[in-house]
Amino acid sequence: MSDSVIEIDNLWKKYCLGAFGTGTLRHDFNRWWHRVRGKPDPYTKVGQVQKSEVRSRSLEPTFDLCPLTSEVPLGDDEIWALRGVSIEVKQGEILGIIGRNGAGKSTLLKILSRVTAPTSGEVRVKGRIASLLEVGTGFHPELTGRENIFLNGAILGMTKAEIWSKLDEIVAFAEIEKFLDTPVKRYSSGMYVRLAFAVAAHLEPEILLVDEVLAVGDAAFQKKCLGKMSDVAKQGRTVLFVSHNMAVVRKLCNGAILLDQGRKVLSGDTGVVLQKYVENGARTELIYKIPAPKEENPPGWAKTLTVEDSTGKPTFAIPVGQPWQVRVRFDIARTTESFIIALGLRTTEDFVLRTSWSEARDLEAGAYEAVFREESIFLGSGHYPIVIGLSTHERPFHYVENAGVLDIAGFAEGINLVRVSNVGVLLNPLRTEIRKV
Amino acid sequence: MTDKVETLYKNLSFIGKSRRDSQEIPSPVATAEKWDLIIRAKTGWFDLHLSDLWRYRDLTLLFVWRDFVAQYKQTILGPLWHLIQPLFTTALFTLVFSRVAKLSTDRLPPVLFYMAGVSCWNYFAECLNRTSATFIQNAAIFGKVYFPRLSVPVSVVLSNIIKFAIQFALFLVFVGFYYSQGAAIRPNIYVLLTPVLLLIMAALGLGLGIIVSSLTTKYRDLQVLVTFGVQLLMFVTPVIYPVSMLSQQYRWLILANPMTALVETFRYSFLGAGTFDLWHLIYSAGVTLMILCIGVVLFNHVERTFMDTV
Repeated sequence: MSDSVIEIDNLWKKYCLGAFGTGTLRHDFNRWWHRVRGKPDPYTKVGQVQKSEVRSRSLEPTFDLCPLTSEVPLGDDEIWALRGVSIEVKQGEILGIIGRNGAGKSTLLKILSRVTAPTSGEVRVKGRIASLLEVGTGFHPELTGRENIFLNGAILGMTKAEIWSKLDEIVAFAEIEKFLDTPVKRYSSGMYVRLAFAVAAHLEPEILLVDEVLAVGDAAFQKKCLGKMSDVAKQGRTVLFVSHNMAVVRKLCNGAILLDQGRKVLSGDTGVVLQKYVENGARTELIYKIPAPKEENPPGWAKTLTVEDSTGKPTFAIPVGQPWQVRVRFDIARTTESFIIALGLRTTEDFVLRTSWSEARDLEAGAYEAVFREESIFLGSGHYPIVIGLSTHERPFHYVENAGVLDIAGFAEGINLVRVSNVGVLLNPLRTEIRKV
Repeated sequence: MTDKVETLYKNLSFIGKSRRDSQEIPSPVATAEKWDLIIRAKTGWFDLHLSDLWRYRDLTLLFVWRDFVAQYKQTILGPLWHLIQPLFTTALFTLVFSRVAKLSTDRLPPVLFYMAGVSCWNYFAECLNRTSATFIQNAAIFGKVYFPRLSVPVSVVLSNIIKFAIQFALFLVFVGFYYSQGAAIRPNIYVLLTPVLLLIMAALGLGLGIIVSSLTTKYRDLQVLVTFGVQLLMFVTPVIYPVSMLSQQYRWLILANPMTALVETFRYSFLGAGTFDLWHLIYSAGVTLMILCIGVVLFNHVERTFMDTV
């Protein structure tokens, strides 16, 4: 453990929801008044643990990784953003922090970058930390590019001398030589972001915290940023990287941590953690409820959707190459002519992959179900949002994006595939012949 | 392993302080248990890490420079506005309080009398007004990156010194003009106290400002109060009237105001009329020091978690 540069010990963070107003002042005053007289908190609900007890309990170092047992009750408008997270980060590591929205990723980075303090627990750090929770923090629109480099650099913790020595590098990296003396308010958003990242990339902290900033800029610049980040790690510095972009995490990080609802679920090898995340991200419900149409008095509406295997059993994920079907239950309110139900598949990047239509039919009022079936599916592993459309005379009356998700994961034996992830969307095997000629 | 960690930490005492100079960080192997920064839930009220403020001095100065440069981009008159403000205020005060209301000016030329008061008061009021909004105005940037939060209000106080210097220069020009015209003004040795007066005013404005800014993270009401409170406060400071004009009955009230001694001393040293009392000045300095200390401690306490409530 001699080479760990960050040790996070049983970190808890509580957030208060809701607005502060006159009510809060009255409550605060009442609380104070009760405390002064040695009486219990008047706003504690029956059965809740008192604050003082909570504090002594949560401050006690519980060294297990996921202290589910030390769950602490909260007030109505309070939530735990972090619940007893313990992490050790080694020098030179690029650690990816992944998890769904609200898992506590950003809170963790905020505590590490000292933007806010934890509710309990401790973080020990070796070396200087620089955080990149947002690019262009403190940029002043009226100042020129050059002036902003100095200002932003200083905000991120560089001294003037350090910035002077790196000025040329920063300008070259950002590719803004010509616009150095233009106020940044005249910059295009791309230039703005490039400049901001360039400043941050030339910090030389021992530890760099990065939060989702790569979601900006064009592809070439993103590539450059990623390259810069792995350079940073090669120089023996440590990077903590929060992202939703699985591909980037996979490419860049040599370790990952999965957070869920403020707890550390898993840490270790990037591939393993990502796999777990994808599984966790899968739904817990097998039946998707479809929201009612916006249209008033529609001729009909879809109600539920299930993704099923060939036997008609609802399933979480379909392996590549296996038969699959989607069942949609819908109601028809009145006789509908030329009824067509359509199913579309998209990628998570909202690219429309395919659409399939039923034959046009006249339907009378009643409850129906439609089953879309295919003998084998050859899509790369991942999530494919399903679009459902109900129409009459090719006029749609109930159109639902994200009606459900088709999850493709793994592949069955006996199918001629080497891998199913990161190898593209379409995996239909081509008939390949190798002949000696 | 975690047990080992625990016992090791119990045996060693750490100081929660960061070291930014990378040269000072020895190789990790040699100092297995030496941490540069420890982030804890609670730290003492007096763990002020003021040394951080010094390390980030470049940032403080850049803030000063930014305020000054950015304020006058796309204006025609630029810093000349600093001259126009006190000139107009002085002219207005002369007209209203001297000509119309016929308030005493200690037999001094009214223009000089008011200008002296206005320069001092403007400096103090600007410091207080602008530092009192520190947390709220900078929430966006404070929420993204750490630097010593105090560097923002300190930079405000410093950048106001530039404004004060411009107004002060204008004041000196007027003093010179009136002196050459043979007006009854007697600049004296106490002008050497000017830097001290400025320092106390800066500290007082800063102290009150950061107290207000700390208290307004949760409740915004106080900030509204400050804006007009400062205006009202001017009337219990001898800006538009001399202390000598006050009856004994109310004099204590005005003298309790720490700004009173500062304005009076400033006026006395340059114009030679009014009151000068070292004890009053010491009283002001004492009150200022107290307010500043309370302010820094409070500010420091609030800055740790204000992002959650702002």
